[in-house]
Amino acid sequence: MKLLRNAAWVCLAVVVIASAAAPWLAPAGYAMQSRDSFAAPPSHEHWLGTDDLGRDRFARLIYGTRISLLLAPAAALLSTLLAVLVGGLAGYMGGFWEKAAVGINDLFLSLPWLFLLITVRAMLPLDASPLTSVALTFLVLGLLGWTSAARVLCASAKTLRSSDFLRQARAAGLPASRLFWVHVVPNLRPVLAAQFWISIPVFILSEANLSILGLGVPEPMPSWGSLLRELEGLVSFREEPWKFVPLIVLVAVVTSFQLILSDREQVVA
Amino acid sequence: MTRKVFHHAVSLLVVLVLGGFLAATMVRLAPGHNVDEELLDARLSSASRQAILQARHGDQSALQFYLHWARNLLHGDLGTSQSLGQPVAQLIRDRAPVTARVVCLGLLMGWSAAIALVLFAAATRRRVGDVAGIAVSGALLSLPAAVLALLSVIWNLAGSLAIGLVVLPRVHRYSWNLLQSAYARPHIITARAKGLSASRIFLFHVIPVVGPQLLALAGISVSLAVGAAIPVEALCGIAGIGQLAWQAALSRDLPLIVHLTTMVALVTVTANSLADLAAGREAAA
Repeated sequence: MKLLRNAAWVCLAVVVIASAAAPWLAPAGYAMQSRDSFAAPPSHEHWLGTDDLGRDRFARLIYGTRISLLLAPAAALLSTLLAVLVGGLAGYMGGFWEKAAVGINDLFLSLPWLFLLITVRAMLPLDASPLTSVALTFLVLGLLGWTSAARVLCASAKTLRSSDFLRQARAAGLPASRLFWVHVVPNLRPVLAAQFWISIPVFILSEANLSILGLGVPEPMPSWGSLLRELEGLVSFREEPWKFVPLIVLVAVVTSFQLILSDREQVVA
Repeated sequence: MTRKVFHHAVSLLVVLVLGGFLAATMVRLAPGHNVDEELLDARLSSASRQAILQARHGDQSALQFYLHWARNLLHGDLGTSQSLGQPVAQLIRDRAPVTARVVCLGLLMGWSAAIALVLFAAATRRRVGDVAGIAVSGALLSLPAAVLALLSVIWNLAGSLAIGLVVLPRVHRYSWNLLQSAYARPHIITARAKGLSASRIFLFHVIPVVGPQLLALAGISVSLAVGAAIPVEALCGIAGIGQLAWQAALSRDLPLIVHLTTMVALVTVTANSLADLAAGREAAA
């Protein structure tokens, strides 16, 4: 298992380095069209061929990796912060607030995630620029993805509420806000870190789902999901196997996150 | 038990009221709400336009609008889809059976495969069984539902199979953990030490322990399967609720998509409540 986890770290490191080096690996950029080659197979010039608009597929893949790997953790950070505010605070306060937070959480958790996402996504403005649209997509993911983390944090904060050190701090007259931010939140750090890591692959997959359905990252911006839309026209697996490369990268990255996560879960346990 | 039923009934009511309120708000805020072709007639004076708006209850207050909306909802009138020009209730009536069939089949396939994998691992009690199950569920967890739908199109497989493959890893992972902890219980270890057969231990000692949690998982898996119905129906060309929701999202048909989400929320909350109640009864028994 340790070997697999090390392999996962190496895989993630390679993907992150490749995406960081995108301007050097693909200097022409992701939107540059080659007028001589449309839907071309792999060649020395275009390692993964070109798409229907003559854009280099490799360039789009590494720039798309940048978007997914940069914004999914940002959305995860936002959702974890919201989870602390809602779940952590409710668990710490207890009583009515805890019951209300748990009720709302249960309600959100029973809703199918994709239905909720496409409903909110459909409300976003039509005239937003591609960059704004990308940011909005991940913002929606972050704003809606806090529920399961909030549930866990609520339970953890509830356990801390009755701990001796908090009772002593309360008895010493510390204000509630200081107790929460200075004594409760730092003690939730391992749970927070685990929830943050759990959210990243979830958001990567959600973005891929949305983009394949045409509701995620808009053209001409690339993302793993929008690259996977190319699979839609395929009739067989052998027809154009290079079109599956974004899927292989996506699976490798998500699997790596899961392997690293299993390690984190053990730490939290 | 009565308290639990009351709690679930309140949850359903909250979903209905909140969903209805959200639907009404979205419809009121949607671009084009209360706009009629008649109003675009340049020959009409502002007084005539005002008269038309009044005739269409255009100037009623927000509260009046919601009450009017709720009254229509109680009579089964969910309004008209902006993009398809058909009554929303009719669209839901036509497509719901298709989705119900696809989702049920998918759930059946996903659960059967997951339980088969878990039983295989439990029966063999060897590392190969564990590794096979974990590898299959891990690989499937790394694939977006939309990719599974695309692959089912490429390989000419049924859309319900893609839903089954979305459900499988979650059910497998959870039921596997449940079985692991059940087999580690002292009374089951004692039963094994006394030489009881594997099937007897499983049927009479393990199932009663894991049964209630598996029932709760069944409720959650309905939510998973319904969520997966969107990409599967959209990409496999199945004319169900999922495809309708996707079309509504693409054409920004807010009244339709919000009604669909409310309906789906009701279905999943009901499924979760029923599973929870059944699990409670089983645990009590």
